[in-house]
Amino acid sequence: MDASNYLYISALLFTIGAVGVVVRRNAIVVFMCIELMLNAANLSFVTFSRINGDLNGQIMAFFTMVVAACEVVVGLAIIVTIYRSRRSASVDDASLLKR
Amino acid sequence: MSFTAPVLSYSLLSPMLILLGGALIGVLVEAFVSKALRPAVQLTLTLGTLLLAVMQLWRIRGQQSLTAAVGTIVFDGPAFLLQASILIIAIISVFLIADTEHFAALPAALPGSEEERQAVQSGNQITEVYPLTLFAVAGMVMFPVANDLITLFVALEMLSLPLYLMAGLSRRRRLASQEAALKYFLLGAFSSAFFLFGAAYLYGYSASITFAGIREAIVGGGGNDVLLLIGIAFLSIGLLFKVGAVPFHSWSPDVYQGAPTPVTAFMAAATKIAAFGAMLRIYYTVFANAQWSWTPVLSGIAIVTMLLGSLVAIAQRDVKRMLAYSSIAHAGFLLSGVIALNKAGLDATIFYLFAYGVATVGAFAVVTLVRDSAGEVTDLNRWKGLGKRSPFAATSFALFLLAFAGIPLTSGFIGKFSIFSAAYESGAKGVVIAGVLSSAIAAFFYIRVIVLMFFTDATEDGTSVEIPSILTQASVVIAAVVTVALGVYPAPLLDFITNLAIFIR
Repeated sequence: MDASNYLYISALLFTIGAVGVVVRRNAIVVFMCIELMLNAANLSFVTFSRINGDLNGQIMAFFTMVVAACEVVVGLAIIVTIYRSRRSASVDDASLLKR
Repeated sequence: MSFTAPVLSYSLLSPMLILLGGALIGVLVEAFVSKALRPAVQLTLTLGTLLLAVMQLWRIRGQQSLTAAVGTIVFDGPAFLLQASILIIAIISVFLIADTEHFAALPAALPGSEEERQAVQSGNQITEVYPLTLFAVAGMVMFPVANDLITLFVALEMLSLPLYLMAGLSRRRRLASQEAALKYFLLGAFSSAFFLFGAAYLYGYSASITFAGIREAIVGGGGNDVLLLIGIAFLSIGLLFKVGAVPFHSWSPDVYQGAPTPVTAFMAAATKIAAFGAMLRIYYTVFANAQWSWTPVLSGIAIVTMLLGSLVAIAQRDVKRMLAYSSIAHAGFLLSGVIALNKAGLDATIFYLFAYGVATVGAFAVVTLVRDSAGEVTDLNRWKGLGKRSPFAATSFALFLLAFAGIPLTSGFIGKFSIFSAAYESGAKGVVIAGVLSSAIAAFFYIRVIVLMFFTDATEDGTSVEIPSILTQASVVIAAVVTVALGVYPAPLLDFITNLAIFIR
């Protein structure tokens, strides 16, 4: 099977994630969409690694996973704090700072 | 099977290792040292670590043009200059962070809860901001010296993640501060996803994750240009977000306003140096031969950034938001140095970054001084007549505003002049015209603030200027002295930068 099909899947996942970030209102869902984008990038890395016959792309994918895990720690901490003080995780409710 | 140990060149990595070591000790101090001693211990540790890193950096400056950690880190002239600027700015920012009045006593407690009241009354201050600062500084000094995509991405996240948390630590207006943290985090993570996707396509184009490999693939040509264009575009989005260029600027006014002012000072100055440092390396070395693809777009972004930043700043009634839009305009000025793509542009951008960073920390330091009983006063209307009440604060703020406006005898003039002449030399006339025009617009609102402070009658509303600590005062004085010194006698630093600033490829 042609490996470039995985690139199309990756682009599709990235687009779904990006659209999700823009249209969804719940901070957790927005964050999940961002994770989807990171994983789409990972899929691209692994696919290019296969196409180019070079292992560095796979190493990069591991680094991305670790960094994404760190991002989850920080992100959920911030979202949970906001939820505890406002009883809402909607990104629209957080509008104290003037536009 | 034989195994060869990689050559790490620890001496070149040592400033970063010192910073990370200090940060880890800071985490342990947070856990084991008694609450009463913690602020003093953390401050000493943080300043000591930063000074040690500066000294170590100075010692290894002779060993330029070397790579470390199997080619993932490159240490050349610009690397030394940018790392030194970041560390110096971090030190004067830590002077501001030392005023614990700005930070929530117990960030985990609900705003307004009994738990929080007890923490404030008992004086138990959580001091986790210090290790977070050190982690962020370590990421920042790694960002401009990264020499492959993995290191670049890890450094980007290492500088961003602590900053997201630091934005949410404000003691006053805690909900706004938490909101700033959420916005910064979501948009920052969004942009780093773009960055990573771009990195994947650059890897796909060149079959290499090292900058040298990507450059060779671009120079050699013959690859799939679609992959290259997607790669450059998406990677640039990630970098432009970090510097706050239009149209990726929407986070910065909110985050600048909501974050505790010392953190805003640190973030505004040091993040810009780190991100522009990485941009300089990437555009000047890696993408230099694909100039046709990014110069027009980046010129457009620079023009829009300068004009929009200056125009919207006029309408701001809040000092921190005004400074945020002014920093957006300055991102545009700095971008014109990146577009120049010549030696003069590189020198000018490095000089401008340092001069602007110092003035920014100074300006935010003055903002922390103007207070009433409920904390900082950032409403510009209440800054009326500040010159009569506190000549020190008003005069130094006026000096920093004049430096932002680029008035002669301040560092800003030298910076703007050299960056625009470099851009003109490279043929980017449109960018220079837009730059001069928006400098004029910007000068209007900077001078309006000066008129407001000196030539308007004060209203009695309890706004006063407090000098909370000798360290805050010191950071204002240092920033003012550097701003004037670089304006009156810039030649030594300019020569120093010109001699050193040569990228190795």
